[in-house]
Amino acid sequence: MENERYRLNKELAQMLKGGVIMDVTTPEQAKIAEAAGACAVMALERIPADIRAAGGVSRMSDPKMIRGIQQAVSIPVMAKVRIGHFVEAQILEALEIDYIDESEVLSPADDVYHIDKTKFKVPFVCGAKDLGEALRRINEGASMIRTKGEPGTGDIVQAVRHMRKINAEIRRVQSLLEDELFDAAKNLEVPYDLLKFVHENGKLPVVNFAAGGIATPADAALMMQLGAEGVFVGSGIFKSGNPEKRAAAIVKAVTNFNDAKLLAELSEDLGEAMIGINEGEIELLMAERGK
Amino acid sequence: MNIGVLSLQGAFIEHRNILEALHVNSIEIRNKSDLSKNIDGMILPGGESTAIGKLLMDFDMLDSIKNFIEEGMPVFGTCAGMILLAKNIENSSVKHFATMDISVVRNAYGRQLGSFQAISAFGDFDKTPMTFIRAPYIRSVESNVKILSTVNGNIVAAQQNNQLVTAFHPELTDNTVVHEYFLNMIKGRC
Repeated sequence: MENERYRLNKELAQMLKGGVIMDVTTPEQAKIAEAAGACAVMALERIPADIRAAGGVSRMSDPKMIRGIQQAVSIPVMAKVRIGHFVEAQILEALEIDYIDESEVLSPADDVYHIDKTKFKVPFVCGAKDLGEALRRINEGASMIRTKGEPGTGDIVQAVRHMRKINAEIRRVQSLLEDELFDAAKNLEVPYDLLKFVHENGKLPVVNFAAGGIATPADAALMMQLGAEGVFVGSGIFKSGNPEKRAAAIVKAVTNFNDAKLLAELSEDLGEAMIGINEGEIELLMAERGK
Repeated sequence: MNIGVLSLQGAFIEHRNILEALHVNSIEIRNKSDLSKNIDGMILPGGESTAIGKLLMDFDMLDSIKNFIEEGMPVFGTCAGMILLAKNIENSSVKHFATMDISVVRNAYGRQLGSFQAISAFGDFDKTPMTFIRAPYIRSVESNVKILSTVNGNIVAAQQNNQLVTAFHPELTDNTVVHEYFLNMIKGRC
């Protein structure tokens, strides 16, 4: 599986580290994101907060809209496909998308199987709530992982839970004896080789970003201090009162996530944050899609 | 010896790991106060040049680092780092340090599907592994710039006095030739 293309795809994710990937729905928003210092944009027709509000089946975006965003910016452009919808992925590959997000934000197309991502040349990022999910997605060919924080809510609690859980499980795997790894692999339902990598290196074999519910510079810095290597911001920017200012502030917060004095300055006068929904008020838990 | 690695965004840890393997001390440069620390040279890593360029402005670091380079501090830019140093960026009106007499093309091989690996000569070293990720290349150089490597007819590594650039990512391989070349520049040997 560690072929040349897979390696190049993992390495593109390495170049995104320390950066912010922003959801955008129009070329104008993409330009705002790029000017604010985004390291990539996620092109989609509706941001998660609106998908949640609208209900119904949510699918891959119109290729014309994705092309428009590809033409508007020079940074990498990502786009989402439904879990298991390998034809949507084939279409995005034909568009030469830079990264595909096989995402629980859209309605799943398959309630058993994820896409066999080893069959594609373009890279995939997938969500994970725990170490088992992360390693299963990597085994299927994902070259980047993100948390599955509840999209479109502006509530950080689930992204925090997933990041803490993944990192706690990594520490536990590190502490095992070598002959205990076989049983651990069985219990986590993951391949032994990937678990052995985690045991030896104390990290996932691919880059791990935070996603879901990030709405403020403090949220972004929180995820970085918890061990995220970068962040996705979805509804948090373009559902807020001053997208330009908030986007730039989140970018700076990710770069200097340990500098509390700077974070205080960045958090000042950002205008209205997205209103958000608390975890207990959510009717649809998107993170439960695909395991 | 102490190397500052610009750590605003991108693959800076990978550079620090290579330096550690070569037993060279390095520090992360994240804000203006880090620039007052004692460093013998600086690495500008790969990442997104638009993001790094914006952060250099926002954190008021651009002019200070530009001064260091013009005063002779050895600097090594990979990929996005090379774009930061170029005097001319063909498909962009923005300039960053603009201290090196090269003209570069961003995303010269297209999108991620155009990313590739190659093995080619770097200076006197043949068979150097090179990783190109959404890479730029150098379209042209002034006569004071020494070309160190070409791949498929495009210039991918060059040196102008204290400035070294590569369009590829030596920090993503376990080959240390390019980093050793940079350390020798600092020691005044090439």
